[in-house]
Amino acid sequence: MAARGRGFGFTAGLAAAIVLVQIAASSAHKVFYLTQLTMAAYAMLVVLGLALLMGYAGQASMGQAGFFAIGGYVAAFLTTFNLGPRRDTLLVSLLAHAHLLVTRPDGSGGSVTHVQPWAAALFAITLAAAIAWLIAGPVFRLRGHYLAMATLGFGIIVHRIFLGSSYFGAADGISDVPALALLPGFAITGRAASRVSNYYAAWGLVLLTLWMLTNLIGSRIGRALRAIHGSENAAAAVGIPIARFKTQVFVLAAVLAAVAGVLLTHYNGGIGPSDASVMKSVRYVAIVAVGGMANLRGALAMGTVLTFLSLRGYFGSFDDLVFGGILLAMMLFAPEGLVGGAIWRRLRSMFSGKRRGDDRTGA
Amino acid sequence: MMRKVTILSVCAALLAALPAAAAETIKIGAILAVTGPAAFLGAPESKTLEMLAAQVNAAGGIKGMKVELVIKDSAGDAEKALSLAKQLVEEDKVFAVLGPSTSGESMKIKQYMDENATLLLSCAAAESITTPIMKWVFKTPQNDANAARWIFTDMKKKGLKKIGVLASNSGFGKAGQAQLEKLAPEFGIEIAISETYAKDEVDLDAVVTKLKAKDVQAVVNWSIEPAQAKVPVSIRKMGWNVPIYQSHGFGNIKYADACGPASEGILFPAGRLLVVDVLPDTHPQKALLMKYKKDYEEATKEAPSTFGGHAYDAFTLLAKAIEVGGLDKEKARAALEGLTGFVGTAGIFNFSATDHNGLGMDAFELLTVNKNCKFVLAQ
Amino acid sequence: MSSDILLQFCVAGVTYGIIYGVVAIGFTIIYNTTGIINFAQGEFLMIGGMTAVTLHQHAPLPVAILGAVVITMLVGAAIEVLFIRWLDRPSVLRMIIITIGVSIVIREIALHLWDEKSHALPHFTGNSVSALTVAGAKISPQVLWVIGVCGAMVLLLSLFFRATPLGRQMRACASNRDAARLCGINARNMVTLSFVLSAGMGALAGCVVSPITYVQYDSGAGLAIKGFTAAILGGLGSTAGAAAGGLILGLLESFGVWLLPAAYKDAVAIAVMLGVLFLRPSGIFGSAEAARLREY
Repeated sequence: MAARGRGFGFTAGLAAAIVLVQIAASSAHKVFYLTQLTMAAYAMLVVLGLALLMGYAGQASMGQAGFFAIGGYVAAFLTTFNLGPRRDTLLVSLLAHAHLLVTRPDGSGGSVTHVQPWAAALFAITLAAAIAWLIAGPVFRLRGHYLAMATLGFGIIVHRIFLGSSYFGAADGISDVPALALLPGFAITGRAASRVSNYYAAWGLVLLTLWMLTNLIGSRIGRALRAIHGSENAAAAVGIPIARFKTQVFVLAAVLAAVAGVLLTHYNGGIGPSDASVMKSVRYVAIVAVGGMANLRGALAMGTVLTFLSLRGYFGSFDDLVFGGILLAMMLFAPEGLVGGAIWRRLRSMFSGKRRGDDRTGA
Repeated sequence: MMRKVTILSVCAALLAALPAAAAETIKIGAILAVTGPAAFLGAPESKTLEMLAAQVNAAGGIKGMKVELVIKDSAGDAEKALSLAKQLVEEDKVFAVLGPSTSGESMKIKQYMDENATLLLSCAAAESITTPIMKWVFKTPQNDANAARWIFTDMKKKGLKKIGVLASNSGFGKAGQAQLEKLAPEFGIEIAISETYAKDEVDLDAVVTKLKAKDVQAVVNWSIEPAQAKVPVSIRKMGWNVPIYQSHGFGNIKYADACGPASEGILFPAGRLLVVDVLPDTHPQKALLMKYKKDYEEATKEAPSTFGGHAYDAFTLLAKAIEVGGLDKEKARAALEGLTGFVGTAGIFNFSATDHNGLGMDAFELLTVNKNCKFVLAQ
Repeated sequence: MSSDILLQFCVAGVTYGIIYGVVAIGFTIIYNTTGIINFAQGEFLMIGGMTAVTLHQHAPLPVAILGAVVITMLVGAAIEVLFIRWLDRPSVLRMIIITIGVSIVIREIALHLWDEKSHALPHFTGNSVSALTVAGAKISPQVLWVIGVCGAMVLLLSLFFRATPLGRQMRACASNRDAARLCGINARNMVTLSFVLSAGMGALAGCVVSPITYVQYDSGAGLAIKGFTAAILGGLGSTAGAAAGGLILGLLESFGVWLLPAAYKDAVAIAVMLGVLFLRPSGIFGSAEAARLREY
């Protein structure tokens, strides 16, 4: 199919660009750029999931940072909470028997016994998926504003819980998160020596996700999603199980966000309450909007550039203003995104003086 | 689609081609929360640093070289602070980093700074920043444990045994609350109730009522944010005459103004910057504090707070370390560690290999607010 | 718990509740006329408060407040004209995101226009610690001002909607925009008017609560969320419901502080909102049928 063929071309081109950038950075002794590109890559995982949810399934979610935080915080907690003193309890001895515990020195002379990072990661992601599945039902009975506010509320509650609980470090968050060993010789960590390998790992994951989602969109499921986005009643009338699809997409987006949370937490060596904040959720939405609601590649490209610049402090004190302004500008002038092409049509029609119909600002 | 790929590659190439910085200056980095939820810390810190750098450069610089100050705004976001730290160290190749403004951010970056052998002089208060000691990590604000001790010493003197604690939900508040809870038994004091509040609460009547219901003999309000003024206001408005203690986070006259009449009699430990006018001329800190106050007021048209003073100390300490140890990172670090008797705004610093904060109990004075809403020494 | 402690919690709850209620009423005005939830509603309070503080440095208090209200009304009109008016049948999602974007942009502009500090107007009567004793509980005179001013606003508003031609036109628009247009009512101007009214109310509310709550550049967002919760608690679209929802939310929060650690106070409010959304989206006083029939 043409769509698949195009998808492959883009993916190959993107892969080439990724390699090019790494070679350029390394040879120019500017390997440090790779750090922020890696962090941007993980943010893009969240964005891709959200783009699928918002763009194709047409469901707003203002709370993706909540799932990111669940993934990151749970993984961070499990890999830093010292179970040593609790060795005698049932749960801990079960974990020890299953070879799920590991002991390491904790940097201040003592040692800490905690869950194996990969087990913690799996648990965190599964938990996020379970929570998403649980709240999907009630959330999707809502529409429009109510749906947006419900997801916003979810994000805020998650933020408050992590901010208020001393187990999660309250305002300081959790630091000293160890590396996540994935393969012999390779771990997700921020250490300078692993910078290049982590860069490829992160962007490889993004490529994989992009490919997977593109295939999903081109498949029957994707068509069903777009039908739901177009008109839920019509979709239901042709027998599409709406609730099930919406839930599945919601869970998928949540899983992607949680994976990003886990990996970025191990990469940065920590997580804090600001990673669960409303502004982070708004940024993800802004990036999806600017890339074009239903345009995965557009979201990826623009999102990478914006996140990279933001992490480098390029926008200085105007960071939030930039994202808010972009959000606004996109929604006003180019709701299909900058890369969608609609903005050019609109500019032309503005200049040709065509009269638009009497405005209705109703829903 | 290939167009996007090309654009990405071109961007990357352009970024890679940015010229390296000139090597004629001493580059000092600073990560401050100039905007965002901790802006009341980062903004005065940023203004102080800019003011100092200008002064130092006008006087010829450090060891004859001009100072190039690179201030990055983290907006209080710990992840961004880490990203900026990596950028400052690896790309801008700064000699040292001043800041960050908050404890959370400092905790996030201190491991990285230590691993990359670059000095970090944090302007955040949490004791956990310098405990356990990391070779390259220092901090300039006084220890919250000492502030707690001042409060408890006064309470013990007055025979107050059962108290209530309110802390803001920020890193500063949480650290202070932990210290209070840890040290209370040493002074025979029982904390009957300990609660946290958020800065954007409409008002704090409900939680103050909760404290009142417990019949405590004194209240400690530990916060560094403007919202802390709502606690004394609530307490006095309810006609509750309990003694109120605040932390050194109260060190900004605007907070006392915000309390209005409720501020009278509030006791809090703080650096001497706030009462410099009543210090005897022979006090070692007097000259420095008078100068900082005058310069800051001239430059910014507002009264100085102790928060900006932490940045002042960080900068002057670093400058002294470079003067003594030279432009070699390890030698400057050793020089910093060896500084004793250094006069700063927060107190007199005495560093050592086991003390990277350098300030003891005597860095504080117990202050109070008089009926004219001015900070004065407590009797 | 002794009776005056109990009463004190009630007073605290009412204080919170009135403030949330007035934000909720602001939401309701715009929602009724346009079907839009204006996430920038909290910013109207913030702009009103901050502008009044700045003007007060050069003018007496009543003049400063009047000036702030007028300026904020102009801002409200500007928002409508610049961002809403010329949109061509936007989807709900788009409108939500636009108002969120407006709220962020206003907040950041406020940061750079003013500063990061907390500001407050002086108490209208008395000072920060003056208090009247009502049955053993202490209540600040400023709270009475808030109740009085907001009550007066609500009263004037209902008079406006019921008795003046302009008000009736707005109500017509809210019921059925097409029919209203067929009657010759200029729908676009009604929308602008609703923004202006909402902004003015928000600004006045922001001025009168600022001595209690302080205003700073980012105080808008928190208020907006609480206000929205109050609005849906009472039933979106009903002014009386909004006020009642605010009071109920305020009391729930206040007693939540008594029962749970105060650190989770905001979580209580959000839990209330989620509870309402999941269990009864039409709110306590709204009609479930009407909610389903509303187009969005």
